[in-house]
Amino acid sequence: MKPEYKIISNLIEKNAKVLDVGCDDGTLMEFLKTNKNSNIRGIEISKEKVQICISKGLTVIEGNAEFDLKQFPNDSFDYVVLGQTLQAFINPEAVIKELLRVGNKAIVTIPNFGHWKVRLNLLFKGTMPITNSLPHDWYNTPNIHMCTIRDFVRFSKIINFKIFKSLALINENVSDINNSNLIFKNLFGELGIFLIEK
Amino acid sequence: MNIKQNIKTLIVEKPLKLDCGQTINNFPLAYETYGSLNNEKDNAILVFHALTGDQFVTGINPVTKKDGWWSYAVGSGKSIDTDKYFVICANVIGGCMGSFGPSHENPKTKKIYGTDFPVITINDMVNAQINLLDFFGIKKLFSVVGGSMGGMQVLQFISNYPDKAKTAVPIACTSSHSAQNIAFNELGRQAIAADHNWSNGDYDSKNIVPDKGLAVARMAAHITYLSKKGLQEKFGRKLQERDDLKFGFDADFQIESYLRYQGSVFVDRFDANSYLYITRAMDYFDLVKQFNGNLSDAFKNTKAKFFIISFTSDWLYPTQENKDIVIALNAVGANVGFVEIESDKGHDSFLLNVPDFLKALKNFLDKSYAEKHS
Repeated sequence: MKPEYKIISNLIEKNAKVLDVGCDDGTLMEFLKTNKNSNIRGIEISKEKVQICISKGLTVIEGNAEFDLKQFPNDSFDYVVLGQTLQAFINPEAVIKELLRVGNKAIVTIPNFGHWKVRLNLLFKGTMPITNSLPHDWYNTPNIHMCTIRDFVRFSKIINFKIFKSLALINENVSDINNSNLIFKNLFGELGIFLIEK
Repeated sequence: MNIKQNIKTLIVEKPLKLDCGQTINNFPLAYETYGSLNNEKDNAILVFHALTGDQFVTGINPVTKKDGWWSYAVGSGKSIDTDKYFVICANVIGGCMGSFGPSHENPKTKKIYGTDFPVITINDMVNAQINLLDFFGIKKLFSVVGGSMGGMQVLQFISNYPDKAKTAVPIACTSSHSAQNIAFNELGRQAIAADHNWSNGDYDSKNIVPDKGLAVARMAAHITYLSKKGLQEKFGRKLQERDDLKFGFDADFQIESYLRYQGSVFVDRFDANSYLYITRAMDYFDLVKQFNGNLSDAFKNTKAKFFIISFTSDWLYPTQENKDIVIALNAVGANVGFVEIESDKGHDSFLLNVPDFLKALKNFLDKSYAEKHS
């Protein structure tokens, strides 16, 4: 299980209605169902992953978040979770707006492109960075809109949504991000986890 | 054909008001069951058959002596596991396997109904079958499942009886028959009507059968159940038992021979008038219109858990039409899952050995059943 799943779970109240966008094999969904008694639904683009979810008894819709979120009415869910996929969308701005339309709150996690390893990689090698969390080459990566933790904070001001809580994951340890430590967290955080609201 | 001895029949005494305005009562509803009903009576699955199906879902059909139409999916250890579930399937009214249909005798005229039989709708079919629940003492079905016209019955069933099923699995279907669907059905009906033997539906009294027209109807329909790719891979331009073209109109190509065979075996087991009535019922199916343009309203009162399945190569009831049902369900916050299964086998995929489909159906049912019993 990915280390951030517990952190995401801690941000979610019990008995809430939750949509996991890009739910993968349903690991987070199962975790939330068991630990938070969530009324949970998933949306997943891969047929194989959907099959795995069905075999776990999870309610999942095969679909593409970029096009298929529009079928949900406003405020259908208490929380909408988007794990490490914002950077793969053609239009991340539209996706964020859809998340916040469909859900009262959204939890978005982003692999931090500002991490020192990524920076060093580009600085010394002069090639596009390849790390554990970003294992693809530039020509076959699904990640077409990489951003840093700092970029995401700036993004919230530009397109006008509130960040309720922001956390950084460093060596499986979680810590708060605030204005005074943002530069530091942006250098050492592998993952940014944000609880956001309209 | 003496089929009566192999057919279980429920005589429905309660009057049923049909959509056409007529009321029927004391009519026969032929059904079959598989597996056994548990003490709690909560393991029953009502399976709805498609256009040319019947109540003999699995095992050897006692009338045709061939495998039941859903032998791949229903049986011991299969997707719809008869070791676990009590499977009920009824022949639709308007059909020709024992349920009240156009080949039955009209008590007023002492002749078979033929085209005097009332026009039947999907709604009527479902309202007839609800009587099976009372008959078996079942308060709530574990599931309603069906593909194609069977899927339409699933949707109509949940809409009419929102608290009578815990889960619902409409497969490869639509909420509203499209112009293309109607067009193909009309082609079939006109093929039957163009057969002189049809005699405006009165062929029985003349002891003749419009077998040529019915065979053509079946051939045309059969093409719509397959995909171009599937046909190409199976038949291509392969010749039928000959080395070269014969420069005539015999079946030179294997595909021609195959279609002719499909047509010829169909007329042995199916009644031409039933074909007219059932295709009409499908054409009249428009759940969207029943709810004044808002399909979601059909499902607003149900707590049933839905699982919608479509197939990539199904161009008769394409994925988008299945997704429209998903969208309507999501709009009212229903519990709905959806998967599109990769298959070259066209609309017929749901009847065939398509492992991804069979696996998904089994997993959905078994996990949902386990949830209720944990």
